[in-house]
Amino acid sequence: MEKLYIADSVDICVIGAGHSGCEAALAAARMGLSTILFAINLDSIAMMPCNPNVGGSSKGHLVKEIDALGGEMGKNIDKTYIQSRMLNTGKGPAVYSLRAQADKSKYHTEMKKTLENTQNLSVRQGEIVDIVTEKGKVTGVISESNALYKCKAVIICTGTYLKARCLYGDTIIESGPNGLRRANGLSDCLKRLGIRLFRYKTGTPARVDKRTIDFSKMKEQPGDKDIVPFSFENKPEDIEREQISCYLTYTNEKTHDIIRNNLDRSPLYSGVIEGTGPRYCPSIEDKVVRFADKTRHQIFIEPEGEDTNEMYVQGMSSSLPEDVQIAMYRTLPGLENVRFTRTAYAIEYDCIDANQLKLTLEFKNIKGLFSAGQFNGTSGYEEAAAQGIIAGINAAAYCKGAEPLVLDRSRAYIGVLIDDIVTKESREPYRMMTSRAEYRLLLRQDNADLRLTDIGYRYGLISEERYARFLAKREAIEKETERIKKINLGPSEEVNGILTKCGTTPISTGVNMTDLIKRPEMDYDKLAPLDPLRPELDREVREQVNIQIKYEGYISRQMNQVEQFKKLEDRRIPEDIDYDKVKGLRIEATQKFKIVRPVNIGQASRISGVSPADVNMLLVYINTKQ
Amino acid sequence: MLKVNLSDTIAAISTATGSGGIGIVRISGSQAIELADSLFVSPSGKRLKESRSHMIHYGNIVCDDKIIDEVLVTVMKAPNTYTREDVVEINTHGGFRAVTAVLDAVIKKGARLAEPGEFTKRAFLNGRIDLTQAEAVADIINAKTDKSRDIAIARLKGSLSAEIKDIRENILTMLANIEAAIAYPEHDDETMTRSMIEKGTREALEKVDRLIATADMGRIYREGIKTVILGKPNVGKSSLLNALLEEDRAIVTDIPGTTRDVVSEFINVGGIPLNIIDTAGIRDTDNVIEKIGVERSRSLAREADLILLMFDGSSRLSSEDRELMSLTKGKRTIVLINKLDLEQKLDLRDMDAIGISVKNNVGIYRLYDKIKEMFGAGDIENSNEALISGERNKASLHKAKQSLENVIETLEGSMPEDFVSMDLTAAYEALGEITGETLEEDIIDKIFSEFCLGK
Repeated sequence: MEKLYIADSVDICVIGAGHSGCEAALAAARMGLSTILFAINLDSIAMMPCNPNVGGSSKGHLVKEIDALGGEMGKNIDKTYIQSRMLNTGKGPAVYSLRAQADKSKYHTEMKKTLENTQNLSVRQGEIVDIVTEKGKVTGVISESNALYKCKAVIICTGTYLKARCLYGDTIIESGPNGLRRANGLSDCLKRLGIRLFRYKTGTPARVDKRTIDFSKMKEQPGDKDIVPFSFENKPEDIEREQISCYLTYTNEKTHDIIRNNLDRSPLYSGVIEGTGPRYCPSIEDKVVRFADKTRHQIFIEPEGEDTNEMYVQGMSSSLPEDVQIAMYRTLPGLENVRFTRTAYAIEYDCIDANQLKLTLEFKNIKGLFSAGQFNGTSGYEEAAAQGIIAGINAAAYCKGAEPLVLDRSRAYIGVLIDDIVTKESREPYRMMTSRAEYRLLLRQDNADLRLTDIGYRYGLISEERYARFLAKREAIEKETERIKKINLGPSEEVNGILTKCGTTPISTGVNMTDLIKRPEMDYDKLAPLDPLRPELDREVREQVNIQIKYEGYISRQMNQVEQFKKLEDRRIPEDIDYDKVKGLRIEATQKFKIVRPVNIGQASRISGVSPADVNMLLVYINTKQ
Repeated sequence: MLKVNLSDTIAAISTATGSGGIGIVRISGSQAIELADSLFVSPSGKRLKESRSHMIHYGNIVCDDKIIDEVLVTVMKAPNTYTREDVVEINTHGGFRAVTAVLDAVIKKGARLAEPGEFTKRAFLNGRIDLTQAEAVADIINAKTDKSRDIAIARLKGSLSAEIKDIRENILTMLANIEAAIAYPEHDDETMTRSMIEKGTREALEKVDRLIATADMGRIYREGIKTVILGKPNVGKSSLLNALLEEDRAIVTDIPGTTRDVVSEFINVGGIPLNIIDTAGIRDTDNVIEKIGVERSRSLAREADLILLMFDGSSRLSSEDRELMSLTKGKRTIVLINKLDLEQKLDLRDMDAIGISVKNNVGIYRLYDKIKEMFGAGDIENSNEALISGERNKASLHKAKQSLENVIETLEGSMPEDFVSMDLTAAYEALGEITGETLEEDIIDKIFSEFCLGK
C-alpha cells in the first residue's frame, strides 16, 4: 500500500451524493458539523438514474416529512418541477398523493448549487475505498488516491454503486447506474468490518428521442391547474410555471410475442442475474410472464427535462438484448419509428440487511458508522432521502453527544420505513406503501408540517422565520376549530336553502356546524355563507380545519389505537440484555432477538416470527430485572 | 394489530367452570367499572360508577333488555387490587350458563377476553407480585398460551376454519383492490367498484353472522351438545343415562325444557359438555311398558347435535329398531349395542358400533373416547381452556362483525375508500385471530400477486 497522506480532519464524511447523501450532508452541516460529501463524479450529484419524478403514493408523504424536518428534497423539486399532480384525491385525505415530474438536469444543478453554498459543507470527487476504525469506533475514511480524511462519523450512502454491474442480453457492463464508474473498494472493507452484504437488483427502461414519437396516438396527461408545493416554504403562486405533459400508450400482443420469443436471451431467465429484484418494479418480461392473460400493459411516456428531447418510457424496464428491446418498443402505438437514446438495463449491486442497524441508522457493531438509502436495501429516491436526513441528524447528534432522533410508527412514514427495514425480514428492495402505515389516517401528507416541524426546529434545521409562520398556522387552525365547534344552526330557510343546494337533506332541529361538515356532501368551505363571522384564512388552514372536523370519529379511533401502541413502545429493553437468560423463549425468537436487538417491547413484537408468548416471556424477564 | 396489549380492559371467568355454587367473572382495566356499570341494574338504582372502593352491590346483569343473571358485584379501585388496575368481580350463579352468559355480555361491551395468566401477568408488571411469584407467571404464560392455541387450532381443523379462511380470502381480495388502486393511482386494471365491495362485505357479514349462530363454540360450552338417547323400550336407556350421570361429578343443573315438557341434564365428558335431552322421557318409557312414540323420537332426533342409538344385542333387529335407525340419517350418531353380557343375537355387520354392557359398566369409556373424537379437541383435559378458546373465537367473530358493519356504514355514508380499508383491515385481523394468522405482509403480497403493477 502506498503511503497515506492526511487530507483533512472533519466531523462527518458522507460517502455518496445521491438523494440520501445530499440530505445527510446538508442536515449534518446545517447542524453545525464540518462535513465532506464524496461522490465518484460530482456531475452525478442528486442524479435520477431511473424515473424522472418525485413523490407519488406514500412517497409524496415522505417528501413532505423530509421538508417538515428541514430537508431539501421538497424545496429542490419545487424549484425544478415541470409537471405537478395531486393523485388519489377521491380516496380519502390520508392517501392524497402529490407527485411532480422533475427536470432531471436542473434537479441535479440546483441541488449541487445548494450543497456548494451551504456553510460547513464541502463536496469532493473521488471513490472512498476504506473506512478506518479504532476500538469499534469510526476514525476516518481513505480515498482511492490514498488520502486519509479523519472524522468522527461516516454515513454510507452508496446507493446502487457497490460492485455494481448492468446487464441486458449478453451484455454485462461492470459499472454503476447510467454508465457511471462503480465503487469497487468499499465492499471488501465492509466485510472486513463484519458487515453482512447481499445483492439486490433493479432496472430501468430505455430513454427515447421525442422527435421519433407520434404523440397523436397516445393519451395526453397534463398537470394540475392548481398546484400544491412540496415545501412549506413555498406558496403555489411563487412556483407556478408552464407545465409539460406526459403521455399514455399500451403494449399489445405483438409486443408480448416478441418478449416471449426472446425470453431465453434474458439474463433474468437464464440465471445470469443473481440479485433479488422488487415485485413492485418488474421488468416488462416479468409482467408478460407472470400475467400472461393480460392483453395489454400501460406505458407512460415522460419528459426527462425541459431542455432535452429524451423521454422516459415508464413500464418498459427490461434486460433483454438491445435488438429485442428496440423491436418490442416499436410495437407500441406512437413508438413505431422510435429511436433509442439509452438502452434499458438491469442493475445488480451490493447492499446490506438493515437488521444490522439501530433505529438511528447507526451500525450496531461500529460506533459512528451510519448508513442510508438504497444501500440499506430500499428503493426509490424518496425512501433514500428520508433515511438520509435521519442519518445526517443522528450522525451530527452522535458527534455532539446529543439525543438521537427516532420517529416512531405513529409519528411519520419515515418512522414506519426505518422501523420496517431495521426490524423485519428483508426479501426484496423495500418500497414505501401507504398500507404499511398502521396509523395512516394520522400520517397525512397535509399535516406533515404539524407532525414534524417542531422536531426539525429543535435540531436547528428550521429557520426562525419559518417556525414563526408555522406556529401562526397551527394557532389559526386550533382557534378556528374551536370557534366552529361553538356554532349552532337552526332550521331556517337560509340554512336549508344552502343544504338543499349542496344536495344534502335539510335540517328540522338545531344542529352544530361540525355535524354538517361531517356530512359527505358538505365541507367547511361550503358552509361559509352561513358563518358571517368566519375570518379570512389560508387554504392550508381551512383544509386542516375541514379534515380534523370531518373525519373526527375515524381520527379519534386511530388515536386510541396509537395510545395502546405507545404503551408497548414505552417499555424499554435494556441494551445489555442477554437473551440466553430469558426463560421460555423459543429458539427462533432468541435468534431473532439477538440479531435485531429491539429497543422496546413494541419493536420486539414486530419482528417476523416472534409470537405473543415470546413477547410475554420477554416482558416478564425485563420486569424481574428492574 | 398489536401482538401484545398492556392497557386495555380484560375479562375472564376466574372460577373453575362446571362445578361450584357460584361463578366469578373478573374484569380488570381502566374501563372495568364503567363497563360493568353499563350492564348492572340495581333495585335501588345505585350506580357502580359512584361506588366507593371495595364495596359489594346486589342487582341484575342486564344486556339487550334481558336479565342475564342475579348477581353480586364487587368494585375495587386501583391501586389496591390484584392487578393494581380497577377491578370488578361479578359473582353469578354457578354452572356454565350463568357465568359464560355474563362473560359474553362483558365482552360484547368491549372488554377483551384475557389471555391465560394475564391477570397475574398484569399484577406482576404493575409491581404487585414479587420475583419468586414472577417465575410462576412465566410458567403459566409459557405452558398455557401455546396449549390453548393448540386446542383452538385443533378445534378448528374442521369446517369452521375452512369457512373463516374463505371469508378472509374474500376480504383480502377487496383490500388488495383498494390498496392497489391507492398505491398505483394511475393504474387502470379494472378495480372493484364500491358496489362490488359493498356486496362482498355484505356477503362476508352474512357468513360471519352464520358462523356466530351455528358454529358458535360458546354455545356448545354453554348449552352443551344436545344429545338424545334413542332406543326401543327396555334397551337400557335409563341405565345408560344413570351410568353417564354417575360417572360425571359435575352435574351442573337441571334445565327445564323450553319448547315442551322436556327435561334435560348436563354432563361433562372430558371437558365436552353433553346436554342430554328428554331424560324424563327416557325414564318414563323405560319404566312403563309402552310403545315408544315414534313421532316424539323424530322430533327429538331433529333437534339433536348427537344421537346415541341403542340396540339390544341379545335380540334380533326389530322393525322398531329399523324405524329408529332411519331417524338418524344425516345426524352425528353413535351406535351402541347393549347387553354385551348376554348371548348375542344381533347381527350388525357393516355398522360401526360400540358394544357395551351398562349393567357391568363395560365399554362406557369407549363411548367417551368416541364422543371426544367426534367433537374435536381429543385431549381437552381442562374444560376451562376449552371454554376460553371457544369464547375467544366468538369474541373475534363479534369483532369482525362490528368492523364489517362499520364498512357498510362507511360505504353508505359515501366516505372515501381509505376509510373502507381501515375497517376491512380490522375485520381481516379479527378473523385472523381465530385461525392464528396475522396481517403482516398479506396485503402487499396479494397486491403484487394479483395485479401487474410498477414501472
